[in-house]
Amino acid sequence: MEGIKVIIETCTGCGLCLRACPYQAIELREKKAWITDKCILCGACVEVCPWKAIVIAGWKPLPKEDLSRYRGICVVAEHRFGKLSPVVPEIVGAALALKGQFKSAPRFVSALLIGTGVKTLVEDLFAYGVDEVWLLDKSGIDPFAEDILAELAVRAIRERKPEIVLGGGTVMGRSLLPRIAAKLRTGLTADCTELTIDPETELLRQTRPAFGGNIMATILCESSRPQMATVRHKVMKPASKEMGRTGRIVELDYKVPKSDFEILEFVEDTSQKIDLTEADFIVSGGRGLGDPKNFSYIEELARVIGGTVGASRAAVDAGWIPYPHQVGQTGKTVNPKIYIACGISGAVQHQVGMKGSDVIIAINKDPNAPIFTIAHYGIVGDLFQVIPELIRQIRSRESGEGAS
Amino acid sequence: MREAPPGGKLPMKVAVCIKQVPGTTEVQVNPDTGTLMREGVEAIINPFDLYALEEGIRLKEKYGGAVTVLSMGPPQVESAIREAISYGADEGVMISDRSFAGSDTLATASTLAATLRILGPFDVILMGRQAIDGDTGQVGPETAEHLGIPHVTEVKMIEGIEGNRITLHRMLEHGYLRLRAPLPILLTVVKEINTPRPASFKGKLRARQVPIKILRAQDLELSPEIVGLSGSPTRVVRVFTPPRPTGGKVFTGEPKEAVENLLRTLEEAGIPLKCRNGS
Ligand SMILES: Cc1cc2nc3c(=O)[nH]c(=O)nc-3n(C[C@H](O)[C@H](O)[C@H](O)COP(=O)(O)OP(=O)(O)OC[C@H]3O[C@@H](n4cnc5c(N)ncnc54)[C@H](O)[C@@H]3O)c2cc1C
Ligand SMILES: Nc1ncnc2c1ncn2[C@@H]1O[C@H](COP(=O)(O)O)[C@@H](O)[C@H]1O
Repeated sequence: MEGIKVIIETCTGCGLCLRACPYQAIELREKKAWITDKCILCGACVEVCPWKAIVIAGWKPLPKEDLSRYRGICVVAEHRFGKLSPVVPEIVGAALALKGQFKSAPRFVSALLIGTGVKTLVEDLFAYGVDEVWLLDKSGIDPFAEDILAELAVRAIRERKPEIVLGGGTVMGRSLLPRIAAKLRTGLTADCTELTIDPETELLRQTRPAFGGNIMATILCESSRPQMATVRHKVMKPASKEMGRTGRIVELDYKVPKSDFEILEFVEDTSQKIDLTEADFIVSGGRGLGDPKNFSYIEELARVIGGTVGASRAAVDAGWIPYPHQVGQTGKTVNPKIYIACGISGAVQHQVGMKGSDVIIAINKDPNAPIFTIAHYGIVGDLFQVIPELIRQIRSRESGEGAS
Repeated sequence: MREAPPGGKLPMKVAVCIKQVPGTTEVQVNPDTGTLMREGVEAIINPFDLYALEEGIRLKEKYGGAVTVLSMGPPQVESAIREAISYGADEGVMISDRSFAGSDTLATASTLAATLRILGPFDVILMGRQAIDGDTGQVGPETAEHLGIPHVTEVKMIEGIEGNRITLHRMLEHGYLRLRAPLPILLTVVKEINTPRPASFKGKLRARQVPIKILRAQDLELSPEIVGLSGSPTRVVRVFTPPRPTGGKVFTGEPKEAVENLLRTLEEAGIPLKCRNGS
């Protein structure tokens, strides 16, 4: 190939470039990379080679002016079992908000939808307000086969050049997007809670909690594209859905590679039915309960307000309640509308998992417990008296008898 | 890739990547670079990485082989590596060079991948689901991509290995996925996967004596542009402490009265606690 060269002495035959090449234009010949004439000089191999063994004459890592070739915001439309993931409307909402912040030129919001039999989701994506759907609907794409999803997504991104790519802060998103970012050798900011466009540079300002939420960091990705981020679930306001909206469909037609994975089964986990991360109301218990059977207080209150049971690590470690209930740094991060912490001191490791709750209510007999510094409302008192009283009054209010 | 002897044990070459993190969240930030200052804070092994290590030791016990622990960071990561050896790792490698400072996940992953390639090939590479300081969970998948091998995140169980295929349970929202994948593979693990054992007396003795291999930038033959700050596409431009609510309305006194006040205040604020479940 003209212009591109493999330095035979430095090439180790590691094969990374073979996988990086979106056009299957590299082969191994006598344990060295060999560039065939399918090559279009995209430079993916140059970027990926750790040994600097591939050079393109005059090629430099993305000169500044080239950044402007990237335009628009692309949302990775995660889906499972024929439905969009609940995080998708939130990311679309975030993307639409960003779109309005560009002053220099209008931007489009696109959704990248890859899968088998996913065409039916296009309508939903338009209803949420995306301008374009980049659709790859072909047989043989398991929604869990991340290896091929990453490859196909990279191909689409290289071709369509969005300046921003957003994905969900879900298990899949936080596994797939790093894979994509590394293939593209660009930056990725994990689990963002705030995204804005810098009015001057029009760069994406990505803000995320680090150190378990004790500090916030704003991060830029200045000299590589796209700028990529995963978005924490339940933080951004979801886009409103208006059926009947339409947009442009861009059909992608790539050959689907074979996945390395053999997906055997998805096992619905009843112990995970307590889906804390989706719950709107959570009642959590800690060491203050003193005894496993006292979790019945928590369960009862949760039942009354239609909530889910959470716990501190102390309660989990004591074996009072299984680990899936644990909230905090080594447990789940939750963002309910109301979080009621009962008999929980509010150690930072616990706080980081629940600080994002809209309203925090603490019940603790120690007025100096740190939980009160982050609680919006609190009762200082013995939970064994307060909780039954709370249940009684909530019920009597409901039946219209007033609070007496 | 090595073939498993039919029906026999597959000697496993296992690598575990551990990160040393501050044991406290009282962190300080370097105002010039926006990077974290780790000096003077007690350091621990990232809690999730202990599960990765335990799983590595279990693989070795089941299939034979050896566990190599690696950690990238300033010279004090040596203590984390020695601690890992006291739990049962066979050898330790420290990846330390001034030029690695300021690495983001992409640069860290490039560096780890280069190390793994030089020391390997490994059959299984284990990492924690995320580090409790950066909380990104990106280093695992990005390292796998640089190595050109598959990865699976949030692994809660290794069912077994047959020939060159490993069967796994992966946690997902609302359940878990059973899947089979080829070796070599990179896995990130969650707490459910096992209960780490305590250090043995023998392990502690070994940990004190065993030499730790040190790899510098030049040993990895990585070009300077892809490591450290210059190899990091992301740049932290601002670090701040989130505004803390300075405590809210707290009600004291008799439970009955306190509860009445709480419910009234909530209702006035438009967030009534309602009975949502019949009686
Ligand atoms: C690396 C690391 C990770 C961690 N991860 C997590 C995590 O994910 N989640 C987590 O929760 N913790 C985590 N922790 C532990 C955390 O530091 C605390 O130890 C833990 O949260 C304390 O739980 P607690 O509040 O239930 O117990 P305690 O701190 O013992 O608090 C009990 C509280 O109950 C109150 N109380 C007692 N009796 C009553 C009563 N009758 N009525 C009312 N109040 C009463 C007391 O005043 C006290 O404030 C982690 C720690 C480390 C080091
Ligand atoms: N500097 C490092 N040295 C070794 N392993 C690391 C390092 N940084 C991250 N890791 C591994 O990558 C995992 C995820 O880290 P992170 O992506 O930073 O959340 C950790 O649990 C470690 O197993």
